Amino acid sequence: MAYSDKVLDHYNNPRNVGSLDKNDPNVGTGMVGAPECGDVMKLQVQVDERGVIADAKFKTFGCGSAIASSSLATEWLKGKTVDEALQIKNTQIVNELSLPPVKIHCSVLAEDAIKAAISDYKKKKESSKPVAQTVA
Amino acid sequence: MKTPIYFDNHATTPLDPRVLQAMLPYFTEKFGNAASRNHAFGWESEKAVDNARKQIADLIGATSKEIIFTSGATESNNLAIKGVAEMYAEKGNHIIAPATEHKAVLDTCKKLEKHGCRVTYLPLKSDGLVDLDMLRDAITDKTILVSIMYANNEIGVIQPVAEIGKICKEKGVLFHTDGVQAVGKVPVNVVKDNIDMMSMTGHKIYGPKGVGALYVRRKSPRVQITAQMDGGGHERGMRSGTLNTPGIVGFGEAAAICYREMPEESRRLAHLRDKLRNKLESELDEVFINGTMVRRLPNNLNMSFAYVEGESLLMGINDIAVSSGSACTSATLEPSYVLKALGVGDDLAHTSIRFGLGRFNTEEEVDYVAGRVIEVVRKLRDLSPLYEMAKEGVDLSKVSWVAEPVH
Repeated sequence: MAYSDKVLDHYNNPRNVGSLDKNDPNVGTGMVGAPECGDVMKLQVQVDERGVIADAKFKTFGCGSAIASSSLATEWLKGKTVDEALQIKNTQIVNELSLPPVKIHCSVLAEDAIKAAISDYKKKKESSKPVAQTVA
Repeated sequence: MKTPIYFDNHATTPLDPRVLQAMLPYFTEKFGNAASRNHAFGWESEKAVDNARKQIADLIGATSKEIIFTSGATESNNLAIKGVAEMYAEKGNHIIAPATEHKAVLDTCKKLEKHGCRVTYLPLKSDGLVDLDMLRDAITDKTILVSIMYANNEIGVIQPVAEIGKICKEKGVLFHTDGVQAVGKVPVNVVKDNIDMMSMTGHKIYGPKGVGALYVRRKSPRVQITAQMDGGGHERGMRSGTLNTPGIVGFGEAAAICYREMPEESRRLAHLRDKLRNKLESELDEVFINGTMVRRLPNNLNMSFAYVEGESLLMGINDIAVSSGSACTSATLEPSYVLKALGVGDDLAHTSIRFGLGRFNTEEEVDYVAGRVIEVVRKLRDLSPLYEMAKEGVDLSKVSWVAEPVH
């Protein structure tokens, strides 16, 4: 399978790899996918007092397109407000990375990861007690 | 050392230059049709085909007349299974084949199921070997054929073929084996191994593509199969079609080279394979070998690198040709059915890589491949949320994964 230059670039030089403190009240964590499916994405956002995403980190188990999709997502998230972040659509990722049809699920997973991270952040804000992560 | 490096010798092998030299005259000046009985051009071709037949028969302990040339192992598997099902339809309609067979066997069986055959897809033990008691119990008075591959193309596990053949003989059932990966790599003897039919191909033993053969036993028992291709009645009526003389000459020469060089070559490949394994195991934690190492092709290594998805690993070692059992390499989205049949979880099946060494690989290449794999696995584990969780002591089997869309 031939990969687009942008997928190769993200795979070879992934942006924003790492982990934020998942217990920090300003950090939202999303973990989507399953090892049995060959894809697991962990995406985290750190939101500042203005509701702007100051930092985003990811770790991904999956094919090159999954790694590239999540790497790209973290790039796009930084500087966006929480509500703007929710507007990111998987089709934008597909177009930016020129993903072939068999890899569209990678972009869907990245969109899911963004939504899961933001939803986790919002839950934290709503309740004072820290909410359990996807990690049991 | 040149890159890319070819470590995918179970898929196909490069043509040995000695084989090419043997083939070349049969494309141009020695172009006769081996079936032309009335002139020197035909006789010359027929002589070359007979010589190749002998070379292949010698490699597997058969006689020349028992070798039926085909276009390759897929055709041989089709011919053997469909040919027996048709010929022995009055005796019975039951076929037994393990779930880990090549698609050329499994899909042929599925086709026959649509035409009234009953097929038992035998489960295997977790080491990849056939459970002989289970096989014995699966045979009924309606069973006409057992088809079990000699050595597996993904995990290189070698079946107890002689024992399987013995059981089939006792029960009066024909035994076909797909010998594609084993012939020329390990000693195969159709007499000692109690084999009634065996599929072979040229391109897995440093011969040309597009030529294969089916061994069909002539004595005790005399196996009969119904031809699946009608025409001039070539190959004792079992496979019509003008013989591919240059291909057959190449296949024969390749078999002769394997026959002469196998003892030395298998020792050398086993040494290289073990070196690769030892390097990977000593430098990386949580790597697992799929299939038994006790009965295995000398050139095969199939390993799972936990927490690293196979396709992303292949992408990182793009100057090395290997293959992955992960779904993402194909459009099917299902990981290797062979590993699944062994009870390897989907999570580990997605992380598996098959290394297939061959005649032209060197020790220098093994060192390079080991180094690159170690480097890329480490890099991808730094990127892997699963590795991070495992290191934190999270039991991944107890996590409730959000595999469905959350919105």
